[in-house]
Amino acid sequence: MMAGNELYVGTAIGLIVIGFVAVLTRRNLLKIVLGFSIADTGVNLLIVSLGWLPGRTAPIVDDPSMFSDRAALAVNAARVVDPVPQALVLTAIVIGVGVTALMLAYVIRLYAVGGTLDVRQFGRLKW
Amino acid sequence: MKQIVAVVALATLAILLWQLAPIAMPSGLGVVAQHYAEHGVQDNRGANLVTSVVVNYRGFDTLGEVTVLFLSVSGAAFVLRRRTGLEVHEPRRASEIVRTGARLLFAPIVLFGTYIFVHGHLTPGGGFQGGAVVASGVLLLLLANKDHPLPHGFLSWTESLSGLGFVAAGLAGLWAGGSFLANRGILPLGTWNQLFSAGVIPVIYTFVGLKVGSELATLLDVMMHAADEEVHQ
Repeated sequence: MMAGNELYVGTAIGLIVIGFVAVLTRRNLLKIVLGFSIADTGVNLLIVSLGWLPGRTAPIVDDPSMFSDRAALAVNAARVVDPVPQALVLTAIVIGVGVTALMLAYVIRLYAVGGTLDVRQFGRLKW
Repeated sequence: MKQIVAVVALATLAILLWQLAPIAMPSGLGVVAQHYAEHGVQDNRGANLVTSVVVNYRGFDTLGEVTVLFLSVSGAAFVLRRRTGLEVHEPRRASEIVRTGARLLFAPIVLFGTYIFVHGHLTPGGGFQGGAVVASGVLLLLLANKDHPLPHGFLSWTESLSGLGFVAAGLAGLWAGGSFLANRGILPLGTWNQLFSAGVIPVIYTFVGLKVGSELATLLDVMMHAADEEVHQ
């Protein structure tokens, strides 16, 4: 069914599930933030491993003869994996860092206000 | 009960993802990826095709990404700006060896980060990775000595000017090449695999590296000092 990237896809799905287990079942806000971070890593790994093609190499041109003519360029295009998911994940990693930083800042504020990291104590928006 | 619901939901998610993954598996490059892989080298003269995509073809996305990072960092700084009212545990002072070692390692780490973002168009790496490495050097300094003075004016000017430089490079592409962030007619494309090649891409990635590095350094400083406002005031 898949072509040799079962290990990566499986690990990625495992990371996503581990992350969401932490988000759904932990009470400690820091552990919830950690869970989001782990799930984020899993999603990134999943996207990269879905762009992987069997037997191909990194999308970096290392041979000057590769752009001598159009035919060589087509040969090169048949040798590399998909560069688009890698570029997307590059974006996603940075956004993930920013989101984690913002979440941690809120956790610090919440701890200062409420004196606790237990998410059950912050129920004022619940109805 | 909640635990059971969580387990069932997550098991469903895992099974769905595992079943859906082969459908998303491509058998070859898609039309867009094929175009990038074939024309990336000719259009940009950069060895690293991912950098071609990030900085040139999807350069506008990268500008948006840099903006999102800026917004989240300034959001975090805004949230932590006021007195947090936490009691401060004065940490034990790091030993002389740790402090000297951190100061000694800081320069090589910044140099390595600079290497990564200057060579973004040739080797794996680029502005975001290099900026993160630079910020990790700052983190080392702050871990060794929490009150290590950081040049805040320099950091915020670097951050602002490099953001401006990114937009200016984009506008130069609009003026010379006909579209925003176009890599035509501004700088010569040069020879493949040379440091000064790939036109405007290394310039933009240097700006991105400086911006990300100074932003993350400011963020680390804000987080390190979130608790001890009380002491100074």
